Amino acid sequence: MEIDIIISDQPLDVQSCLNKVADNAAGGIDIFVGTVREWTRGRKVVRLEFEAYEKMAVQEMRKIAEKAVDEYELCKMAIYHRVGRLDIGEIPVIIAASAPHRGAAFEACRYAIDTLKETVPIWKKEIFSDGEVWVSATP
Amino acid sequence: MNVNILAFGITKEILGSRSLNLDLPLDNGATVEDLREYLFEKYPELKKLNSLGIAQGTVYAQDDDRLNPAEEIALIPPVSGG
Repeated sequence: MEIDIIISDQPLDVQSCLNKVADNAAGGIDIFVGTVREWTRGRKVVRLEFEAYEKMAVQEMRKIAEKAVDEYELCKMAIYHRVGRLDIGEIPVIIAASAPHRGAAFEACRYAIDTLKETVPIWKKEIFSDGEVWVSATP
Repeated sequence: MNVNILAFGITKEILGSRSLNLDLPLDNGATVEDLREYLFEKYPELKKLNSLGIAQGTVYAQDDDRLNPAEEIALIPPVSGG
């Protein structure tokens, strides 16, 4: 299958995402791995909590992958997203693209992560030592 | 019109629940925008959000789409995945 979409409350595995997009027609695989940052806007993060409207999020992630495969002529694309509580350094998102040539794989990964952040119904709450905030929710 | 509404992220906290059954003072021609206006009045905190999308049947709805109580309706505050 050329597209693999996963939302999971278990740790994401980069190698299995990579294996999923491996393809004999590919000349390269590009992979984007998002990680939980310790500092954001000068505040120290304790952990993040991700919540998804899972049914819709899977559909929206699939739309992104289908468009990327089509537009960038990829061999395969995989998009994995974690939900639940994540500590500093953990991986909320992995995007992998295989393509005959590297340029398409790089561009497809950027397209996919940028679009995911705009359209996929997943929400991130930053937990600080002195409070918490739903990211981007309010001005 | 009676609808079931799912709420996520900050809207879940504002509504106080992940799912809610609402009896709307709206007739059958009501639109997504009518629902949003109703919710803004009932839950003024929602007005402070950068945006409030509404999904019907797990697809982003347009403001002038008719509300369909048979579909799953969900509040989509600004997303922040990745």
